[in-house]
Amino acid sequence: MIKLEGISKSYRIAKRQAGLRQAAKALFHRDYTTVHALKDLSFSIQPGEIVGYIGPNGAGKSTTIKIMSGILVPDAGNCTIIGYTPWKDRARYVHNIGVVFGQRSQLWWDVPVIESFELLKDIYKIPYPDFNASLDLLIETLNLQDIVHAPVRQLSLGQRMRCEMAASLLHSPQILFLDEPTIGLDAVSKIAVRQFIKTINQEKGVTVILTTHDMNDIEALADRVLLIGKGSLLYDGRLEELRKHFGTQKTITADYKTAQQPFIIPGADLLSWSPERAVVSVDTANTNTSDVIMELSRQVDLTDISIDAKPIEETIVQLYKEYQI
Amino acid sequence: MRVYRSVLKLRLVNGLQYRTAALAGVATQFFWGFIIIMVFEAFYEHAAQHLPISLKELIQYIWLQQAFLVFVTIWFRDNELFELITSGNIAYELCRPCGLYGFWYAKLLAQRLSSAILRCFPILMVAYFLPRPYNLILPSNFETFLLFLMGLLLGLFLLVAISMFVYISVFMTMSPMGSLLVFSVLGEFFAGLVIPIPLMPDWLQKLAMVLPFRWTADFPFRVYSGHIPEQEAMIGIAIQLGYLAALIWLGRIALNGALRRVVVQGG
Repeated sequence: MIKLEGISKSYRIAKRQAGLRQAAKALFHRDYTTVHALKDLSFSIQPGEIVGYIGPNGAGKSTTIKIMSGILVPDAGNCTIIGYTPWKDRARYVHNIGVVFGQRSQLWWDVPVIESFELLKDIYKIPYPDFNASLDLLIETLNLQDIVHAPVRQLSLGQRMRCEMAASLLHSPQILFLDEPTIGLDAVSKIAVRQFIKTINQEKGVTVILTTHDMNDIEALADRVLLIGKGSLLYDGRLEELRKHFGTQKTITADYKTAQQPFIIPGADLLSWSPERAVVSVDTANTNTSDVIMELSRQVDLTDISIDAKPIEETIVQLYKEYQI
Repeated sequence: MRVYRSVLKLRLVNGLQYRTAALAGVATQFFWGFIIIMVFEAFYEHAAQHLPISLKELIQYIWLQQAFLVFVTIWFRDNELFELITSGNIAYELCRPCGLYGFWYAKLLAQRLSSAILRCFPILMVAYFLPRPYNLILPSNFETFLLFLMGLLLGLFLLVAISMFVYISVFMTMSPMGSLLVFSVLGEFFAGLVIPIPLMPDWLQKLAMVLPFRWTADFPFRVYSGHIPEQEAMIGIAIQLGYLAALIWLGRIALNGALRRVVVQGG
């Protein structure tokens, strides 16, 4: 359905040092540096998938989304999405996609939300029955009853984001690109947005590609993860695999009756120690957690114990380090 | 076509909200109109030679210019479009299944129309009831009026086509103010908004004649006052149509060129 082959894109950036003298110099001569936003990027996505597209800031996530939605023209490479080359057949192609940029707005600021929807209806040439049907569905699932008649400028960020989602789906696209849809939202709104993405994926079979920095989004939604760094694809696969591969570390927190001195347990690193509590980390690839607990209970008088997997955020940070991005 | 109609509608509704701005505009334009008329009156009284346009015709010209200011000035701009380009929000406009040129053209046209609707009628009406010789008079016959109306509308279309180049240039300059200044200083001067074109020296008139700007303001206003006779007005309308076609064609090419190299600003 989506196929990218060898996509490259670079930007030219004018650079200068701070200061008036440098600014004056730049009037006559400018130094440019080329930033390679994407380097030979290839992947493909099947219909009905939810793909999480992750990477640090500046990795090229948004650039990829913009290329896939026909906004930017890459320097090199091929991209075929449902039979179209996005930037060549832009007008026909975009009928099939919906895009949400979490940091931007597509709604008209000064008029009620419903007016923007009506305009989109005409832009996408949606016939009235279809428009009403999808509008009703969106209003219901996104809980918009009370806000569609309010001017956009008076909505909260969470309300606006739900409206943005609705705006991008009015024309029932097959593919939905979400560029940081949960940015700046509170926990409740985030959950609402996630729930909604899941619903449209399952019920309407919409293929979803989302970029985010919130690993909970990925955990809640994505079957598959694409990790990108410095413009190259570093990992493509299931989230669990990624975690299994990198996140084999577990931490064990043990509370016990007063002990005199730090203990040593083979196969485990002592992260912190006090007379009543200790935290050790275990690499489950080499050591069995139960062995460590057994050893612990032999050495101290345990009162409480908890085992935590390393949070996925830390895994990602570790991953970034590993790939030096 | 439907899209353009709804953009037009939405913008009109939106623009009609700003009543206070319109009222302030009307007041300013009256004040301004009077000052200019007085300046020209003094100038005419002491003119040594016969001037190519009569004071009466000039007064018609000035009131029409004040009433339809938003039809003829380039500086009347849409800051939202500038912001779209410089902030990168243009991303959304680019993933719509309609041509950006037509879409923006409709937006700009609607903005001018909605402003003009609120402003022109009070000015025209009050100017009509002013004491002579400062009043606005009706055109000499109905044909002249029709020709004026056509000329004014085509002039508006032409001006929007010209102003599209301001927006397109912002893709390269990233500075709305700079582009706007260059275009409005040159464009408005050669449209006859500062000095009516008949009062310019010959060589400047020749230059103004070959540029498209005078067809937006100078032409329709002088058709109204009868300074341009009917026969000539018809030819003029044909020239307006020619310019319009050419400018829209060029604008489309320029915009497509700009979009091919577009950089969506701000991540």
